[in-house]
Amino acid sequence: MSSPLITARGLTKKFDEFVAVDEIDFDVARGESFGLLGPNGAGKSTTMRIIGATSQRTSGDLTILGMDPEKFGPQIRAHLGVVPQQDNLDMQLSVSENLYIYGRYFGLSRKFLKTKIEELLEFAQLEEKRNAKVESLSGGMKRRLTIARGLVSEPEILMLDEPTTGLDPQARHILWDRLFRLKEQGVTLVITTHFMDEAEQLCDRLVVMDKGKIMAEGSPAQLIKDYSTKEVLEIRFGSERNSAMAEQLRGMCDRIEELPDRILLYSEDGEALLEKIYSAGMHPKTSLVRRSSLEDVFLRLTGRTLVD
Amino acid sequence: MIISAAVAIAEARRGRLGERVYSGRSRAIFERGYIAFKSSTWMVILSGFVEPVLYLFAFGYGLGELIGNIESNGLSIPYAAYIAPALLATSAMNGAIYDSTMNIFFKLNHDRIYHGMLATSLGPLDVALGEIGLALLRGFLYGVGFMAVVAPLGLIPSLWGILAIPAAVLIAFGFAAVGMALTTYMKSFQQLEIINIFLLPMFLFSGSFYPLSVFPEWLQFIIKALPLSQAIHLVRGLTLGQINIGLLGHISYFIVMIVVGLFFTTKRLNALFMK
Amino acid sequence: MSTSNIRQGSLEIVDQEKIISRGSLYVAQARLAAMMKWVWMILAIAVANPVLYLLSIGVGVGAFIDKSAGPAGIDGVKYLTFLAPALLATAAIQGAIDESVFPTLEGFNGWKNFFGMNATPISGNQIATGVFLASFVRVVGTVIIYWFVMLAFGALESSKAWLAIPTAVMAGVAFGSITQAIAGLLKDENMFFVIFNRFILMPLFLFSGTFYPLSSMPSYLQWIGWISPLWHSTELGRYLTYGHALTQTMAITHMVFLLTLLVLGIFFSRRIFTQRLAK
Repeated sequence: MSSPLITARGLTKKFDEFVAVDEIDFDVARGESFGLLGPNGAGKSTTMRIIGATSQRTSGDLTILGMDPEKFGPQIRAHLGVVPQQDNLDMQLSVSENLYIYGRYFGLSRKFLKTKIEELLEFAQLEEKRNAKVESLSGGMKRRLTIARGLVSEPEILMLDEPTTGLDPQARHILWDRLFRLKEQGVTLVITTHFMDEAEQLCDRLVVMDKGKIMAEGSPAQLIKDYSTKEVLEIRFGSERNSAMAEQLRGMCDRIEELPDRILLYSEDGEALLEKIYSAGMHPKTSLVRRSSLEDVFLRLTGRTLVD
Repeated sequence: MIISAAVAIAEARRGRLGERVYSGRSRAIFERGYIAFKSSTWMVILSGFVEPVLYLFAFGYGLGELIGNIESNGLSIPYAAYIAPALLATSAMNGAIYDSTMNIFFKLNHDRIYHGMLATSLGPLDVALGEIGLALLRGFLYGVGFMAVVAPLGLIPSLWGILAIPAAVLIAFGFAAVGMALTTYMKSFQQLEIINIFLLPMFLFSGSFYPLSVFPEWLQFIIKALPLSQAIHLVRGLTLGQINIGLLGHISYFIVMIVVGLFFTTKRLNALFMK
Repeated sequence: MSTSNIRQGSLEIVDQEKIISRGSLYVAQARLAAMMKWVWMILAIAVANPVLYLLSIGVGVGAFIDKSAGPAGIDGVKYLTFLAPALLATAAIQGAIDESVFPTLEGFNGWKNFFGMNATPISGNQIATGVFLASFVRVVGTVIIYWFVMLAFGALESSKAWLAIPTAVMAGVAFGSITQAIAGLLKDENMFFVIFNRFILMPLFLFSGTFYPLSSMPSYLQWIGWISPLWHSTELGRYLTYGHALTQTMAITHMVFLLTLLVLGIFFSRRIFTQRLAK
């Protein structure tokens, strides 16, 4: 086992009085897919920018590939591919020109880029759009181009900030497929997301962040096991009766969460629990049994939902 | 371990002076400008060349009819030959200001292009130099184009006049450096207008159209300190062959503008994107 | 089940017909409100522009011209007096273009707020008229300020000089309405301004008899004046401010030209706006 690619200890970032990142510790190992899961404003993007050596930490220690980003910014950035939350493609250039000029920013040769661009266009499924202006691309295509652009320097670490936010389900699945391929090729991925399904799909290991702090760490399966039950029963009695019913249901299961529109009941066996509720004479308007997800982990840890 | 070319290139600069703000690759920014320019803005560039020519004909010849010759340093000069260098200096200024204010403002605030650039191993000084390099190219093209029009008309009486071309580049560099620095502090298009509000009186009163001697002593003193007036006197001195030590003063004025402009641009880009 | 927490909302009794018929006034109101945000900037430009131009060119260049022209002057008057009516009309045109081109490009290409307006009962015709009305207000304001600056410079010699206000406004709105129609056709705004400014406005400004009589230009260039609202308005302005020789036929020609342009401009802007919004 080689030493971690990224090591953070007590990493803190303040903007004036506001603490965006509050003494967090984590390691990212070579080849793993590491996620930062949390709601908007949790400090994920700030953490990404510090790792990306475009933002300076206020205190704490950070090493990326053995280097301190404050001293070796350009060298570290040469190892990274960055996919920011908002696409910042060059609107004045075409698809292939975007890849070309980005490569030139790293100082790569024209000859190298010529073959690299072909490879990346194929990877991003944009061969037919090579001469199109960026403006004419769909959201999913722009995102794939931004990822392809991040790969032009053959980085060891690809940093993806909210990679699928704003994309339709089909575009998301195409993107996930591309990211899986990168993972198979041994690229280390650092991903932020506020979608629990994305975190479950893509991340080997993740930290749950809230208000600048790390609440929990582990693999998706481990986190669910540690912080939730196997199954969840979701029931609705209508917005006016939910809270009164929740009182009656307390004690029938391991844990209960009352949300504005529904009640979540945590149990090892959801169907059995539902039977019990019916036989107690309660008749919810709708009911659904599902497996526990990271959403439930987050709810357990913070008392809030991820997406609000 | 296999390392990528990008890493090897970045590592090669380790330990160099200013490595954190400068990677020695401002030409990549320059190249980007060239590719973008090929597809869109050539009409804008051409129009910048047309403007001084129009002014020359309207003012130099039209008004020249009414004014006759004008005195400059004891020489009687046709009016068109008097204003031609001023128009060259002004177009170098306008081109540089346009490139470094409107264009840069848009990239800073709307396109997020610099976020992308600075996420690579480039540094802020690369960006500043590359962008300003484009303004210089434009200053050079205007200088050459304008000379190609006015020299055959006999408006460049001195051979020294050929130096007006590098002078136009120097002037463009100075204005672009300061213009870009100011733009990095601007928050809205309305604030950018302030630059234009400053430019108009400078254009009207910097001695483009008549000698400063018509103004009272104190006003002359203020005008002479303004960059456009410095530029006009530099170019006019060269095209009329009035070479004296004062020209060195004008040249150093622009060197100071370049250094100060670059310093603040780099500092500000660092603060904006690397905070 | 109680329904007490469902808000009843106060239904306002409105006269739909009246609201719909006033759409263009609402648009103009919105435009004027946007202008008010930087009204100080507009006023500063409106005052500084004439003062700077009249001083630099009128007084400065004028000093050299008056010296070489002698007592006969230019067109019988001082250069400043000759130049001022042309600058007055130029300011009107500049103001009109600012308020017609910018909002139109924003409305269709930038914020696309015209499409939002159009989703209410306001029609494309009303948006076009509203934008025009707002620019009309700006032009009137600009011209009046300019006129008083001219007064202060002693550039108004005739008792009819106040009539130069409407003739200058005419130049502005005639030009503005045409550019509004053109702007309504544009899909890509990036280069339009610079090119329009330098290939259309600038030559018109320089070669419309602004700085010297049109007749002193080579005859092959004089057509520029004839197609330029600036020249037509300036001729009227010169007659009104200092008694420049002008036949009745020519005076009527100038007015008919400006009016025709205005009518065409409004007609086409309304049509272009409506068609573009319906697309």
